[in-house]
Formats: sequence, structure tokens, C-alpha cells
Amino acid sequence: MKILVCLSNVPDTTSKINFTDGDTKFDTNGVQFVINPNDEFGLTRAMWFKEKQGATVHVATVGEASTEPTIRKALAIGADEAIRVNAVPVDGFFVAEQLAEIVKNGEYDLVIAGRESIDYNGGMVPGILATLLGMNFVNTCISLDIDGNNATATREIDGGKEKIATTLPLVIGGQKGLVAESDLRIPNMRGIMMARQKKLNVVEPTSSNNLTADVKFEKPAPKGKVTLVDADNIDELINLLHNEAKVI
Amino acid sequence: MSVLVYTESENGKFKKNAHEVASYAYEVAKQMGTTATAISINASDAAGLGDFGISKVLNVSNDQLKTFNAKAFANVIGQAAEKESAKVIILSSSADTKFLAPILTAQLKAGYVPNVVSAPESTSPFKVKRTVFSNKGYAITEISSEIKIVGVSNNAFGSTENKTTAAVENFDPSLGDDSFTTKSIEIDKVVGKATIADADIVVSGGRGLKGPENWGMIEELAEVLGAATACSKPVSDLGWRPHGEHVGQTGKPVASNLYIAIGISGAIQHLAGVSSSKVKVVINTDPEAPFFKAADYGVVGDAFEVVPKLIEKLKEFKAQNA
Repeated sequence: MKILVCLSNVPDTTSKINFTDGDTKFDTNGVQFVINPNDEFGLTRAMWFKEKQGATVHVATVGEASTEPTIRKALAIGADEAIRVNAVPVDGFFVAEQLAEIVKNGEYDLVIAGRESIDYNGGMVPGILATLLGMNFVNTCISLDIDGNNATATREIDGGKEKIATTLPLVIGGQKGLVAESDLRIPNMRGIMMARQKKLNVVEPTSSNNLTADVKFEKPAPKGKVTLVDADNIDELINLLHNEAKVI
Repeated sequence: MSVLVYTESENGKFKKNAHEVASYAYEVAKQMGTTATAISINASDAAGLGDFGISKVLNVSNDQLKTFNAKAFANVIGQAAEKESAKVIILSSSADTKFLAPILTAQLKAGYVPNVVSAPESTSPFKVKRTVFSNKGYAITEISSEIKIVGVSNNAFGSTENKTTAAVENFDPSLGDDSFTTKSIEIDKVVGKATIADADIVVSGGRGLKGPENWGMIEELAEVLGAATACSKPVSDLGWRPHGEHVGQTGKPVASNLYIAIGISGAIQHLAGVSSSKVKVVINTDPEAPFFKAADYGVVGDAFEVVPKLIEKLKEFKAQNA
């Protein structure tokens, strides 16, 4: 089985978000970049397929040279080979088209991407990619088993979960649940040394239309001061929620 | 050239978000000087959408579509868009709709912008405001493709009544076997209880509750309020509560009217995930907990004393206001 894990290079979850250039660009100053958490759960599940079912695992990202530390981390965790599409990711459709080209050329059986990146939250790359290539697709995937050409996946739905049967070739939009938080791997020294010798192919983007563009950014309005209620005066809290906030 | 909106139903009944997206579609149609058409699948009261400004409903009755299937549903919406020559399609943010949206996007080569929080800033050029960076910011995004798809955030625009008469027309899409290459084999869903996605009130517990054995009072408080229960990331990582309850940046987003955080300090990732909730109440022993800076109302106190008192007082309140 040949697996491609799609990685997005995103600000660490603890990052404070600021904008620059007249609020037209994300300010990367002082921001630590990491593998998108939803992608990292998928990468870890791919490592399981590699170790238990002999899968080959490649990783791909669409980004400039500055994303290479993130790709190297994935190689250090155990991916066999990496591909970087040398382009600034414009929007989800653009990224999906670039990745579709890689999947087509690499003849992958399974593509694992995160359900969404935690920066622009588009949540569309895996689904567009699957549809462009006529592959099956399961979103918000929290468990995945492959047996020959058959796949059993569980997806999170509002208020529960649904088990789905399908076949390869398959694209999933993954998230926590594919593996547990405690299963995530920190690269060890040997992995980091080996990653240096692994192939990182850089390819140029195929031409693509830009269908959407972020023209301006805003930060949320500052929050007003909290109204404190004495722990011995719960009646007052109920009064405020009923008469002032009108939510009960 | 009408604005097309997919109004989601469950067991024949429209979901709460169906009225919200219908109201949104009406607003967009008004801005563009046209009307709003809904596509509805196996709903029993299609004409009722007229209350929310829908002029026409394409009503699909098809047993093959009794269970949600993303590709098949995307095909239906795509065919409806073609029939109506719709250039703008409005979708909700439910798990099912976010599943079908990218499929539809690829089929129609559309520009798709999800997580939109308000009516378009303008429709020519077409600009919408959406959340980015997991609610830590907003972007004004321009869609330049011929067909535009807008995903409306839960509970952001709200439902507004606009009395219109909806003409209901049967719609019979053509669906081949290639629409059904993924098969639902088991659905495990809580019934009769509010879910985090559509609850008006969410009651959430954190590590301050000390252990899973103490969740009885969280569930009781939720029951009194008709609320959904949720938890912080450490609580789900420790296995005290199921993963499906984890709210925050890498868990589920919350956009309820009221969010009550109990024993949750308020890590930046958690605050981002719940920031779309309209009113936030925090109960915590530590007055320095970051959540107090993000909350509307706060009680500094021990959850084990405050919550039982709150339950008791709310029961009295509910009895008086019943």
C-alpha cells in the first residue's frame, strides 16, 4: 500500500495571532510553525500502517522553502520520502489541485490529510482532491482500517459517529481519534539523523486559477470586563442570565 | 439566477440550521435583487421554508437518500444548482454539510468560503467575512469564481422570519451507482439529547473537576438547562470523557448562546474554540484563571459547592417560569 500524508505548516496552537501590512497579511513574526495537528494524527496512523502492514509513506506539502523544517520533522518521525510543491498556498482549491497532481503521478492508494488546517480552517483540501481524482472520500475520520482493497472508516457526526465501508483508492480528512494524543511521536536523534538522508523532492506548481482571496484581516473586538458574582449569591447569576443576557 | 440554499433535514424535519441558512439565502438574494430557492431532501414540510424567505423549494423524495451520503447529496445539490442556473449556493456548517461541501466545490469548480459569520459585505465583488485562525481572527474574503459557495457558521447569522409563499416543486435528480461508493454501515448517535453542534446551551467541565466520577453534577446541570455536555482537551486526553465532547481548537467548535465553563482554566486553544459562543460563564476557584478575561460572567468559587447550588436554584427558577 502506498500512502501520501498531506501536511500543512501552521502556527503552533498557542500562537497569538496578529496581522501586518495594513491588516492584509498574517504576521509570522515570532510565530513557531508546526505540523497541523489534524495532519499529525493522520501521519501517526500512517506510521502504524507502515509498521503493521508494510505500507510506504510519503508526505507532501504546498509551501515555500521555509516549510522544510516541518517536512523534515515528518521524515524524522518515519515517513520514507517527501515532496514539496514550491508555491505559496493561495486557497484550498489551489492546494488541492497541486496535491492532485502528486497523487496522480505517484499512484497512491490512500491519501491522509487533516480535516482542516488550524490556520485558515478551510476544511476543503481532502474533499476537493478526492473529487478531482474520482477517489472515495471520508471526512472527520476518527478510525481507519484497511484490509486489502477494502476500507472501514468511522467518521464523527453531530452528536455521534458513523461507520462507513468503502474501497481504495481513498482520501480521508482525519482528526484526533485516528490515533490518541498519547500516540503522537516526538522524533528521536536516530530519526532526525536518518531524515537528513531521505529524499525531499521539490516540484513547481501546475498552473491554477485563484477562486478566492483574503483581502483584509481583522482581530476580534476586545472583550468587555467580566461581571463577577459572589459564590454565595447564585440567585444574582440566574437573574443576570435571565434578565440581562437573556439566555435562560 | 436565484440563490440556492441547501436546507438540511433529519427524519423528515428541518434542522435548526436549515432556518438559519434559509434566512441567510434570503438576505443574499435581496442584496442581489433575486429570489432564494431551497433544495431539500426527504423533508416533510418543504412549504414551511416560506416563513424564512424562501420563494421556491426543489423537493427531493428518494429512498436512496434516506441515509446521508456525501457524494450523492453533493450531486443532488449540484444538479439543483444547474437547473436553477444558481451562481451563489448557501450551505450550513453541520458535519454532514462540511463533508459534502468540498465535493460540490470540485464538481462545480466553485470558490468555497466556509465559516462565514455575517451577510456579504458586498455581492459585486462578492465579499464575505469569515473566521480564520480557529476564531482568533477574521478575514474578508473575495470570491471571484463564476459559482460561489458560502458556508454559514452555526448560530452566527441567526434565523429571521420573512413571510413568503414557497412554491414546492418535485425534483428528481439522476443518481448512478457511482454516487454510492461509500456505504453507511452503522450510526451511533445520541437521541433526544442536545448535541454540541446545535445546542443553545453547552455545559463544559475541565480538570478542576478532579475525576470522571464527578461528572454527575455536570450532567445534571445540563439536564436542567436542556444543554449539551462538553469538556476541555486534558479531560478527553485523560479518558475521563469521550473524544466527541472535546471542544477547542483541535476539538469541536462551540457557537451556543450560553457556554458554562466549570473548572476550566482557559488555555488559548480552548478559548479560541468556544469564542463564538454569545455569552460565557466561568466557575473556577482561581481568580487568576485566564478564562475570567474571556468570560461575561464569573463566579470565583469551588465547583463542588457552586454547581449543586446552581442546579438547585435553576430548578426553582424553571419551576417558577414554567
